[in-house]
Amino acid sequence: MDPIISVTALDKTYRSGQRALKGVSLQIRSGEILALLGPNGAGKTTLISMICGLTSPSSGQITVGGYDIVTDYRAARSLIGLVPQEVALEPFEKVINTVKFSRGLFGHPPDAAYVEQILRQLSLWDKRNTPIKELSGGMKRRVLIAKALSHQPKILFLDEPTAGVDVELRKDMWDVVGKLKASGVTIVLTTHYIEEAEAIADRVGVIADGDILLVEDKDKLMAQMGIKELYIELQKPIKAIPPALASYDLWLAEDGGRLTYVYDTKAERTGITGLLTDLSAAGLALRDLRTSQSSLEDIFVDLVKD
Amino acid sequence: MNIHAIKAIYFFEMARTFRTLLQSIISPVISTALYFIVFGSAIGSRMVAIEGVSYGAFIVPGLIMLTVLMQSVTNASFGIYFPKFIGTIYEPLSAPVSYFEIVVGYVGAAATKSFVIGLIILATSFLFVPVQIAHPFWMLGFLLLTCLSFSLLGFIIGIWARNFEQLNLVPSLIITPLVFLGGSFYSISMLPPFWQTATLFNPIVYLVSGFRWSFFDTADVAVSYSLAAIFVFSVLCVSVISWIFKTGYRLKN
Repeated sequence: MDPIISVTALDKTYRSGQRALKGVSLQIRSGEILALLGPNGAGKTTLISMICGLTSPSSGQITVGGYDIVTDYRAARSLIGLVPQEVALEPFEKVINTVKFSRGLFGHPPDAAYVEQILRQLSLWDKRNTPIKELSGGMKRRVLIAKALSHQPKILFLDEPTAGVDVELRKDMWDVVGKLKASGVTIVLTTHYIEEAEAIADRVGVIADGDILLVEDKDKLMAQMGIKELYIELQKPIKAIPPALASYDLWLAEDGGRLTYVYDTKAERTGITGLLTDLSAAGLALRDLRTSQSSLEDIFVDLVKD
Repeated sequence: MNIHAIKAIYFFEMARTFRTLLQSIISPVISTALYFIVFGSAIGSRMVAIEGVSYGAFIVPGLIMLTVLMQSVTNASFGIYFPKFIGTIYEPLSAPVSYFEIVVGYVGAAATKSFVIGLIILATSFLFVPVQIAHPFWMLGFLLLTCLSFSLLGFIIGIWARNFEQLNLVPSLIITPLVFLGGSFYSISMLPPFWQTATLFNPIVYLVSGFRWSFFDTADVAVSYSLAAIFVFSVLCVSVISWIFKTGYRLKN
């Protein structure tokens, strides 16, 4: 299937000389939820801003729904709804008017029933005639989402949607995201909360320092998370792994004092019991045993620190 | 053409006007009424007629211009500066709208507002001084063109400004002196010869002169010059705006 968003060799150097993106390429599949993970300043927002037309690329190409975002900007942008990271709303305008404004801006005729449906879904209907400045922070965020959905986009960008958001709104938001996904909308969200990516994403992309380090199905990453390592500290260092233990996935630390055994916790048999029996049969005395489990966070930290 | 977007921007901007009706309409009308009382009735009654027009009536076109120019520039500059300031500019910039449509929406709303204010002030002036309008069609035409061209200028200033101080800089430091020295309150033939020539470099002279011609059929400079001046000025503004959008100047990173 053709990707709904295709980013090719995208490069961005700001006037200050800072290189925010370094030749990024990314394919976003139609109908998926892609979570872009990365520390602050990694380039997540820059990437989204460029896809939405808010920032000009230094070089590279972006297509949305097959349309080039520069030459075919109308067709490309019509498909996109953007919920920006910063809460930016006209403070004196009523909630319902700013949602109607967004709908018009994206070239759609008024549709009172649809606007009502969105406002109800985001629990904003009772506040529809309230000036935005009187809303709480969480309510303002809901308004931003309502505006982004006002023109029935095929792709929704959520830039750090849950930063500073209470539990209830987060739940509502994932509810909305779930419904949108069910209706075929592609969702791209950026976050630096790993749990968030784990909870809802189909795929996870990791960005650091202007580079995409990895884009992987979340399930595959989760499978990696199922991997544990068993550290076996030996009383006496050995020079090599005894041939009797060759069938195990073992490796020896440089000083010869520790064996590391990698196993799958989800497998029917971890092989630990057998290993321990074979270790004593091989005459190796143990000083200590330790296990560690890799998490998405470990993977993430590993990737990002280089 | 994204008509819905133009309408959305236009009516959103007009809604701001209606929300702030008092400041938007009442205050320029009151301040102009004060000019009429002081210059028109009080001082004007002791002044000789200029080119056969009583002084009170003579200053009407200049006063309307004064307010309309200031209003056009401030409305349009604020209209685009405010979304930049609060960050909502992200929306028109990421929407399927062309730059032309954005400008039509914002500048159209600003020009509409100052056009209406101009008409209200004209109506007010009838309360204070006897005014005749020799060429009503041209009068409306000059008013409309002035509103549009100076709203374009205001749009540029709003994009250029980085803070509220800069936003006020151009209207108060450039527009006000040019209007006062542009023959709003006098005929340039009343100036010493050197200043008569110097004043021809003031673009506002042409606007006020043309506008006054539509009222009293007398002008400081030929009407064709006035029209040409507005035209050249508009073209200049449009070129600057298209450059702004092409380069993303102070709009995009």
